[in-house]
Amino acid sequence: MRGKLKQSRFEKHHIEDFIGRSYMSLCVLLLVVIIISMVYFVASKGVSTFISGDVTVSDFLFGTKWSPEAEPASYGAFPFIAGSFLVTLLAALIASPLSICAALFMTEIVPGWGKKLLQPVIELLSGIPSVVYGFIGLSVIVPFLRNTFPGQGIGVAAGALVLSVMILPTITSVAADALSSLPQNLKESSFALGATRWQTISRVIIPTTLPAIMTGIVLGMARAFGEALAVQMVIGNAPFVPRSLFESASTLTSVITLGMGNTTMGSAHNNSLWSMALVLMLMTFVFIFLVRLLERRNKI
Amino acid sequence: MGATATAVGKSFQTEHLSIYYGTYEAVKGISLPFAENTVTALIGPSGCGKSTFLRSLNRMNDEISGSTTKGSIWIDGIDINAPGTDVIKLRQKIGMVWQKPNPFYKSIYDNIAFGPKYHGIKGKKALDEIVESSLRRAALWDEVKDRLKDSALALSGGQQQRLCIARALSVNPQILLLDEPASALDPVSTGKIEELIKELKEELRIVIVTHNMQQAARISDYTAYFYLGSLVEYDKTGKVFTNPENQMTQEYIMGRFG
Amino acid sequence: MKPRTVDKIATGVIVFFALLIVGILLGLLGYILMRGLSHVSLDFLFSPPQKIRAGGGVGPQLFNSIYLLVLTLLITVPLGLGAGIYMAEYARPGRITGFIRLIVEVLSSFPSIVVGLFGLLLIVNYFNLGFSLVSGALALTVFNLPLMVRITEQAFRTVPKQQKEAGFALGLSKWKIVTSVLFPVALPTIITGTILSAGRVFGEAAALMFTAGMSSPRLNFNNWNPLSPTSPLNPFRPAETLAVHIWKINSEGLAPDAAQIAAGASAVLVITILIFNLAARFFGRYIYRKLTASKRMN
Repeated sequence: MRGKLKQSRFEKHHIEDFIGRSYMSLCVLLLVVIIISMVYFVASKGVSTFISGDVTVSDFLFGTKWSPEAEPASYGAFPFIAGSFLVTLLAALIASPLSICAALFMTEIVPGWGKKLLQPVIELLSGIPSVVYGFIGLSVIVPFLRNTFPGQGIGVAAGALVLSVMILPTITSVAADALSSLPQNLKESSFALGATRWQTISRVIIPTTLPAIMTGIVLGMARAFGEALAVQMVIGNAPFVPRSLFESASTLTSVITLGMGNTTMGSAHNNSLWSMALVLMLMTFVFIFLVRLLERRNKI
Repeated sequence: MGATATAVGKSFQTEHLSIYYGTYEAVKGISLPFAENTVTALIGPSGCGKSTFLRSLNRMNDEISGSTTKGSIWIDGIDINAPGTDVIKLRQKIGMVWQKPNPFYKSIYDNIAFGPKYHGIKGKKALDEIVESSLRRAALWDEVKDRLKDSALALSGGQQQRLCIARALSVNPQILLLDEPASALDPVSTGKIEELIKELKEELRIVIVTHNMQQAARISDYTAYFYLGSLVEYDKTGKVFTNPENQMTQEYIMGRFG
Repeated sequence: MKPRTVDKIATGVIVFFALLIVGILLGLLGYILMRGLSHVSLDFLFSPPQKIRAGGGVGPQLFNSIYLLVLTLLITVPLGLGAGIYMAEYARPGRITGFIRLIVEVLSSFPSIVVGLFGLLLIVNYFNLGFSLVSGALALTVFNLPLMVRITEQAFRTVPKQQKEAGFALGLSKWKIVTSVLFPVALPTIITGTILSAGRVFGEAAALMFTAGMSSPRLNFNNWNPLSPTSPLNPFRPAETLAVHIWKINSEGLAPDAAQIAAGASAVLVITILIFNLAARFFGRYIYRKLTASKRMN
């Protein structure tokens, strides 16, 4: 008996524990390697434009003239940055009220079958691939806009509409989660005071869950900002700052999508596309930072 | 109290055992003996440290981050609390059963055979024998012998709890730790479990945490009363329940009775 | 206005918008299926595309999509399980765990086009794997891995912790507990999540355009030697997937029936994803019933 309970490194259970732990740590390490190499490669390629002196940071960010093949070339990416922000904000403006209503419908109006009905709808909407959204945008939304409004149909409005449908599921599911985790007595005490359902929703429920709903909206905007193909298919791809919603424009993602295949690696034109990818990456960090900020507020 | 400790010897006892969660001392220097073929009941109000104490006896507290243990736990002359102890081997010698039955999401047969198989028992015949004898010892064999391949989750709560006891017995422990094993069960199942405990003490030592004073009085040989992490009173169960030395013990027991 | 009237109007608006979303989905599905299904035939599903003439199919693209999905899952599932289990069972709360969680969050928020560009830079050019199925699968791994980690971690967290305690008390090693006690309980959730993530992978295009490529070589479907350049199984050949194909014919399709082909391919894509969703839903319900038909406990 004595000594039998002493530890020995080569027992079966120690060996398998060691192997298991090593394998899992390796997997986690891989995640770290992926993220570091990703940030490193995209960033180093992205700043090469500025290091090589082809264009300055401020000309890139604020220059409105994009003519990479002209002599002398100019690499002002402002039209695309503006385009990205414009479609993202518009999409959030359209999608947010719809999503919040859907979330209220699922949790407050008809909690039983409302959830049963909308849950699969939301899941399917988020499952439809972006090229399919692009295709539908091109064959339904664009002709509709062309017939109803001035212009060619393609443009900022078409892009924003397509994106708004794409980010509906994100905002709805985050908002619905927040609403359903609300303590029951909060609502009951409001009803007990004689408030109507809408008074309860607008004065108690929405204000309490606002940070969480905002989180959903920011997540939706992050998705919209990074979406490439669906927007590229309907926005028209003109390299100008749009002056109207029905005018052709471009986003960072659409310019990258179209340009990356047609430029040679290492050329100034190609490098400027990498700089745009870097902007996309930095914006991802900004969105995550905002989400964390909102989550922290939500906890308090 | 100290006299009792040495009288039983160091085959299974704790010495100045303290358990900390961070800086909070949940168990304060407790020395308790557990004699062979006896049932020791640990009683006391919620949060008095009795469950923490019980969990430390097979070093389950190791799995809670931030908990540290001081003092000794002697089993057969070895301090299992000392560094270098093979916790995994130690736990084979000490079975444990909890308040809520927690059978594995496996068949009845696999619930029992799983432990022995892992510890090196090979061959269907040997495993069959262990399954049968463990289930018999837990007084469950007759109820389940025709459906050993069924999911253990299909059993009733009381049956599940006896299955958990059978599972603990399957690796032949010398000690059985029971953490309120009957508090989630109906009176009939509780009666069966108590019956079982009385039978099992013929073979091993049992330490049981319970909130039910009648239960402690019915099944235990020794009783230890815990309060705020300290051991207030320890003696033969009959003595503790009829003529406790400490005023607090008396109040607790009376309060629970009345 | 009286509060009651306002309440009625507000409720009406909420219901209207909620039903509008249902309508949007039904409209989308209806449109895709109505327009696309008429073009879908066995010939469409199995024959190669035509560049300029009408009547081309999407056979190779469909095959590429499925093959790429299989390759991706083969890489992602073991890695995702490992990292997910680590997060759920081994990581102790603290700075490092917080950092890893941040990494997973960042990785899953990167736009897929950025993932594709990273693949182009590192896998296609630096590792010199070219536009190939392997490159595509690795890019999709970057895209899918964070999701897989989350699915695994959440699945393991739903397993009652008493299961783990029971394992410890029996003297099992932690590895044995994880693989033989917890894993079987978490498995249904993991499978459901994996099927849903497979749908996402199947429809992904932006991450693939510059990794798996936008062309498919002439394939000989009688040649199953994975090393032959014309074999469909060769992992080092470029492979345009169904989703990439839809994008390509929409932006530069020359065939006269490009719009119909795009519609047909979209229908195939959407139906596949519907099947994935239904399968996940059905499977989840089946397992749930199996676990609850017997008395559930925790």
